[in-house]
Amino acid sequence: MTKQQANWSPYDFNGGTCVAVAGADYCVIAADTRMSTGYNILTRDYSKICKLADKSLLASSGFQADVRALQKNLEARHQIYQHQHNKQMSCPAMAQLLSNTLYYKRFFPYYAFNVLGGLDNEGKGCVFTYDAVGSYEKVGYSSQGSGSKLIMPFLDNQLKSPSPLLLPAQDAVTPLSELEAIDLVKTAFASATERDIYTGDKLEIVVLNREGIRREYMELRKD
Amino acid sequence: MTKSTIELPPKGGFSFDLCKRNEMLFKKGVQPPSFRKTGTTIVGLIFQEGVVLGADTRATEGPIVADKNCEKIHYMAPNIYCCGAGTAADTEAVTDMVSSQLKLHRYHTGRESRVVTALTLLKSHLFNYQGYVSAALVLGGVDVTGPHLHTIYPHGSTDTLPFATMGSGSLAAMSVFESKYREGLTREEGINLVCEAISSGIFNDLGSGSNVDVCVITKGNVEYLRNHVLPNPRTYTSAKGYSFPKPTEVLMTKVIKLKEKVEVIEGGDAMEE
Repeated sequence: MTKQQANWSPYDFNGGTCVAVAGADYCVIAADTRMSTGYNILTRDYSKICKLADKSLLASSGFQADVRALQKNLEARHQIYQHQHNKQMSCPAMAQLLSNTLYYKRFFPYYAFNVLGGLDNEGKGCVFTYDAVGSYEKVGYSSQGSGSKLIMPFLDNQLKSPSPLLLPAQDAVTPLSELEAIDLVKTAFASATERDIYTGDKLEIVVLNREGIRREYMELRKD
Repeated sequence: MTKSTIELPPKGGFSFDLCKRNEMLFKKGVQPPSFRKTGTTIVGLIFQEGVVLGADTRATEGPIVADKNCEKIHYMAPNIYCCGAGTAADTEAVTDMVSSQLKLHRYHTGRESRVVTALTLLKSHLFNYQGYVSAALVLGGVDVTGPHLHTIYPHGSTDTLPFATMGSGSLAAMSVFESKYREGLTREEGINLVCEAISSGIFNDLGSGSNVDVCVITKGNVEYLRNHVLPNPRTYTSAKGYSFPKPTEVLMTKVIKLKEKVEVIEGGDAMEE
């Protein structure tokens, strides 16, 4: 029998952009709410931000079916962790778990581009950025998804981060206040929406700080 | 030494040498340059006194918006306009070429251009290029025989219709026309229906966006309504604005004057013939 192979693709691309910014005592995680395929909009109101633990939030773009599967997997692993340790997982621990989960599927990856934001054990903001197969890095700010090419240079320009090679290690957090960071994120998304066809409809911003979690929404272009 | 078969220059017809070359290069992994495609919504309809054409104003290059406010309704003749979808360069070039041919034809005949003339010139050009000139057009105008509306496909086939849509947003726009178009629309109803069809493309098709352009052609009169509707303003601007680092400092300024122009003095010893 001749060699058979699948003539369909197991992946789709649903677009969308995610951004996270870490501050001294807060973390801002934002994503647009458009889900699309090809030239079609599937829905204008789909949240890409998932609360994994009290102090870790995951924003993911890529293929939303894979993203959902990944989120459910992490939620289940976090449930087991809570039963075993009787506490919530910390954000750095969740970051390592996400990396391991992605690498576990190294040769049939989750088509998901993630940014994990949260507060560490000292209450400082932290952001972890990933590729699809689990390579990750702790940073002060990051952007992933279809609009990342447009947003990342703007963030680089506005928020210079210290080199990760410096000794002693410098804090990766940005010097902005919480309100300044939210303002920056809104501008970044309004601009990305002007030029990226897969970004738009609505912006969901989740702010994590000492008081807890706060959600904000802002309208974006709908064309 | 004389060969009985001499390579003669081709007497006419097509040469596909470059197509073969391109195919060979593509197989070896050479990527052809990308084009600016106008993922587009363009429409047209016939109303009581004439024709209304409409278009969105977004031009894309892959997932990136290349132009947020481009013009897709092209001039063909004083009484004929043409909406273009497909590769931007092709729609522009093909409409310019035919527009110039029409003008020469008017000089020659001293009569107003007819829409069918434009139609025939466009379709024969596109047919000659076997679909490689990727222009999908909606042609509309009013001539001595009345209002006309046609669609032209990249391979050269044409339709004559009371209402038409083209481009990636054609289905979204056609759904509006199919549910609301009727014969004998007034001018205002026609414009509103075209705006609604284009808006449907703008909001539901990612290849279309930004503003609505409209062109109303009636007997002896054309009204080009550029940016007739602007439904997509910027949603957020930071109140404080942004500062950027100081550019490289200017260390020295020195102005070097251009040398005196060389004067040519005529009337000297002329050279021999």
